Amino acid sequence: MTLDAKIPEGPLAEKWSKHKFNLKLVNPANKRKYTVIVVGTGLAGASAAASLAELGYNVKAFCFQDSPRRAHSIAAQGGINAAKNYQNDGDSIQRLFYDTIKGGDYRSREGNVYRLAEVSVDIIDQCVAQGVPFAREYGGLLDNRSFGGAQVSRTFYARGQTGQQLLLGAYSALNRQIHAGKVTMYNRHEMMDVVTIDGHAKGIVTRDLVTGKIESHAGHAVLLCTGGYGNVFYLSTNAMGCNVTAAWKAHKRGAYFANPCFTQIHPTCIPVTGDHQSKLTLMSESLRNDGRVWVPKTKELAAKLRKGEIKPASLKEEDRDYFLERKYPSFGNLVPRDVASRNAKEMVDEGRGVGGSGIAVFLDFADAIDRLGEDNVRAKYGNLFDMYQQITDEDPYKQPMRIYPAVHYTMGGLWVDYNLMTTVPGLYALGEANFSDHGANRLGASALMQGLADGYFVIPYTLGDYLATIGPKAVNTDHPAFAETEREVKDRLKQLLSLKGTKTVNEYHRELGLIMWEYCGMARNEEGLTKAKDLIRALRKDFWENAFVSGINEEFNQNLEKAGRVADFLELGELMVDDALNRKESCGGHLRLESQTEEGEAKRDDEKYSYVAAWEYKADNQPETLHKEKLVFENVKLSQRSYK
Amino acid sequence: MKLTLKVWRQKNAHTKGKFVTYPADHVSPDMSFLEMLDVVNEDLIRKGDEPIHFDHDCREGICGSCSLHINGRPHGPKHGTATCQLHMRSFKDGDNIVIEPWRALAFPVIKDLATDRSAFDRIQHAGGYVSINTGGVPDANDILIPKVIADEAFNSATCIGCGACVAACKNASAMLFVSAKVSQMALLPQGQPERYRRVQAMVEQMDKEGFGSCTNTGACEAECPKEISLSNIARMNRDYFTAKLIKEEVHH
Ligand SMILES: Cc1cc2nc3c(=O)[nH]c(=O)nc-3n(C[C@H](O)[C@H](O)[C@H](O)COP(=O)(O)OP(=O)(O)OC[C@H]3O[C@@H](n4cnc5c(N)ncnc54)[C@H](O)[C@@H]3O)c2cc1C
Ligand code: SF4
Ligand code: FES
Repeated sequence: MTLDAKIPEGPLAEKWSKHKFNLKLVNPANKRKYTVIVVGTGLAGASAAASLAELGYNVKAFCFQDSPRRAHSIAAQGGINAAKNYQNDGDSIQRLFYDTIKGGDYRSREGNVYRLAEVSVDIIDQCVAQGVPFAREYGGLLDNRSFGGAQVSRTFYARGQTGQQLLLGAYSALNRQIHAGKVTMYNRHEMMDVVTIDGHAKGIVTRDLVTGKIESHAGHAVLLCTGGYGNVFYLSTNAMGCNVTAAWKAHKRGAYFANPCFTQIHPTCIPVTGDHQSKLTLMSESLRNDGRVWVPKTKELAAKLRKGEIKPASLKEEDRDYFLERKYPSFGNLVPRDVASRNAKEMVDEGRGVGGSGIAVFLDFADAIDRLGEDNVRAKYGNLFDMYQQITDEDPYKQPMRIYPAVHYTMGGLWVDYNLMTTVPGLYALGEANFSDHGANRLGASALMQGLADGYFVIPYTLGDYLATIGPKAVNTDHPAFAETEREVKDRLKQLLSLKGTKTVNEYHRELGLIMWEYCGMARNEEGLTKAKDLIRALRKDFWENAFVSGINEEFNQNLEKAGRVADFLELGELMVDDALNRKESCGGHLRLESQTEEGEAKRDDEKYSYVAAWEYKADNQPETLHKEKLVFENVKLSQRSYK
Repeated sequence: MKLTLKVWRQKNAHTKGKFVTYPADHVSPDMSFLEMLDVVNEDLIRKGDEPIHFDHDCREGICGSCSLHINGRPHGPKHGTATCQLHMRSFKDGDNIVIEPWRALAFPVIKDLATDRSAFDRIQHAGGYVSINTGGVPDANDILIPKVIADEAFNSATCIGCGACVAACKNASAMLFVSAKVSQMALLPQGQPERYRRVQAMVEQMDKEGFGSCTNTGACEAECPKEISLSNIARMNRDYFTAKLIKEEVHH
């Protein structure tokens, strides 16, 4: 099958409006004859479900948490971008488009990204109308800040909890439609598989997480809004329940998986304290505006620090290595996320890491406190310092913070065309679950924007085109494909529950995470990746022989839930490695060690790799087939990044 | 550290529960409370026992999933934090820790420490929104909101829907939660058109769900991880009585 991204012809700025005009419409009276299944109720899912129901479609929405309000989107802190140019500082749709394409290191589509920038302005209007309490200035207008290295202030925020406020807005719109009877909400339900009939998605099979009941749901289209797969690394800033299952099952039913190896690693997270660590906590990047990153100059000093024989403050200036300032004199501590992350890991790998575990670098505010005074530092970063102290029991006003990079976001995901449809007709992917807009690296405050763009302003148009084409003929679960899929789901659950070995599911997850982090993280090479592939295969085999899964299906069984998710991660991990092996260039957040400039910086290879890698599943334990979607740049000139 | 846990175990909503005692022998002060339970659960699984079930997700104090009643207090001994933000350094070697689910008629136990809080969702279905559709709304800066009002609305909006207020209340009243939701909209200009109808609908649903009445003890405010203030309840009561008086809208 050749990949057709269906990007409309014509000038960039006209593509979306033209496309909207050309899309088929569903007659208003017919809308109620259609049922749309929405899996996931984070920003993407809740906004899509509410907007489609408002249009008149019947919606069935699903989430695995006990309430849609608890989707992982709730945890986003920093903010959401929009090209409103409220600050009169030169922002525009064109500029947001350009920043996003460049930030993604030229591995995303011009057409999609331009549309994202275009609808970004409508998102803010919508959210404010819902009552989302964004930060305001004294004059009553909305406040903005600059974020993640952007040169304009285009980020809207709601204290440190933008995600919660945006999600509560979308959730309120969803609630209104639930009340109106247009959305049926299924909490504590996990989608176990997609059902396809004659190649089209026609429904899903779910497991009621409280009773274990396996159920079929039919619909005219299925929207996967199931979030990212960062938890393949075990430790990440994602919520504990984030998983790849829905996307992975769709992949096995024919949806191509695009750029799986593109993951984002965030430099300023609170480091691991021990084996018990279950997740990592992100601290805002803004800390790097005033904090200085350093490690001791020598391994010997680092060892003494780790043992507590000396205190960080007692280290003389000449014994400290402010490695970012040293290596990148013009950007210093403000180099992009990937550069900061990679360098921190290098220091730790050299044995110069700090903290009890040695897996951390310092972020020091002593100079900032001298320069600005403690009160000013408190006013700027007080809540972050409090959070740090609460978790680590250390006072960052008195001793340097310890930070370390952590997996934060996955740019890869299900391949979708301009309409957000996967390679399975009738199956769509929205939000972090798709691969579409962030290329090889996502800009800060752009994920919330994309999730809401997809749900509020893209899918309500593009879905109609497909629905009008297939017609409102009733769908139901009588078709044998539903019974067949249910049987497969039950068999897999039985297989999992039959595992009565000696190792817990969590142990496998942790081992997988270590492999991914070591060999398929921010810096990789052929040798490591080849090794990782063997390790993952062996681990997967071991899982299906020696894992222990407790309990039965017919009850609330969190261990069984986790087992299913880890089993899918064990498959995804190998595909990520394959994708990383294939992409022999450095790009976005990733350094391919074989592809560096003379100064040791990332070297992109536009000649060979200016494409989206979309992988087609064949059969279990078989290599997947690679399809390439060539990226065409007509409006931007490709340039190499440099932060020296 | 070595601790002794007394944990509420209950198979499902239809069976009776009981306390079971477990030793927790390898506890580090750096662990979070939930990580401590993870470690206990790993041991239970290895022994072929059922792990202790509890709700959790973000582990950052924002999703509102975690909901443990620890030594008689919702979310444990620390003020202004959710269970997932509690660290074991708040306890000392040899401590006994009693862990229970939220106890409230309107929050039936699903299993062990996990309860069904869907009543909160249903209260919001009844009216916790501004009735607008996607698209066709005014420019965001056309709606001016004084900073003090915006900040006050924000304070109410920080509620994470955890239910600790209900668990803390001897009457299992949901007033703090409902009033936080009502207040956010009552303060903002966007919420004005439906202000009185909203409060009526939400209070009515709250009563239907079987939450108790408020007797102003303030236990909810004291245990709320987001420090939602009792003044929300006063505001809601005012709006509720105004709604009754002016009968602005007869709905249903
Ligand atoms: C700590 C943190 C901070 C962040 N801060 C920012 C920020 O400041 N700005 C920004 O732009 N981005 C930020 N991000 C990224 C952003 O939050 C996410 O990318 C975004 O919220 C994802 O939204 P979503 O709707 O795609 O998915 P999610 O919010 O992850 O929702 C997934 C939904 O799918 C459901 N689901 C998943 N699998 C299944 C299944 N099998 N069956 C049924 N339901 C299922 C879940 O229940 C949930 O409802 C942050 C991320 C993290 C981790
Ligand atoms: S008011 Fe406080 S205690 Fe009650 S649900 Fe909201 S955050 Fe939880
Ligand atoms: S787990 Fe999300 S608030 Fe505690």
